[in-house]
Amino acid sequence: MVVFSSKLIIGAISLALTSIMITILMFQLNSPLAAVFELSICAGLITVIFITTISFVKPATEEELIVSRKRRLKKYIYLPVLVAIAGYLVSLAIRPLSLKLPEIIQETNVRNVLWNLRQVDLLGQAIVLLIGVFGIVVLFKEGRKK
Amino acid sequence: MSTPNMEVLKIFIPFIVMLIIIGFYYVLMTKNLIRILLGLEIITKAAILAIIVAGYVTNNMAMAQSLVIIIIIIEVFVIAVAAGVIIHIYKQTGSVDVRNIRNLKG
Repeated sequence: MVVFSSKLIIGAISLALTSIMITILMFQLNSPLAAVFELSICAGLITVIFITTISFVKPATEEELIVSRKRRLKKYIYLPVLVAIAGYLVSLAIRPLSLKLPEIIQETNVRNVLWNLRQVDLLGQAIVLLIGVFGIVVLFKEGRKK
Repeated sequence: MSTPNMEVLKIFIPFIVMLIIIGFYYVLMTKNLIRILLGLEIITKAAILAIIVAGYVTNNMAMAQSLVIIIIIIEVFVIAVAAGVIIHIYKQTGSVDVRNIRNLKG
């Protein structure tokens, strides 16, 4: 749906639905904390950002939508076939795989991992945050001047 | 004889590969900047799912979850800044088509 929808808003909502499906998979795979983040941030906040961006852009007219729908169908007609073939080939390739996986149970508490083991990552995250804020401030400051 | 964790890996890997192919195909074929961002989101979803599956298979969920949390937070900033850039480009050129922003070409 994200790929085939001719309206951007439907694409953004489909992406939120994909996030919800991935959240369910995460719950199934015993990772509730990451699932909550995925649901609230990816399915919530990012969808809001996308819808805000789309609302700034001029919507396509009915004629443009018809033309783009035809063009999209021509462009993406091979995608389902390509995806199906790739999925089938990968599943065939990994079927005989029988790796002996190591039993790694170092730390079971996410809080400990995040605050004690991944401190450098948190520092990087804070730097990215500051750069992001700086980027947005610079972008909108330029707009205000004009 | 494969373990139950390996079975999970075998189920999820084709799904992850399919998501990555959809994302890359979408990014390569579209000319709309917002759609390119949607494609990048699909690729990120595949990466997040891959990390979670890897954590489940290696029985190291705490590490996988902490990595995913960090990725999600960085992803939000990337999307926010990219959305700001797209709005700015739209104000400058009146369109979100990548073919209209060739002025940066050397």
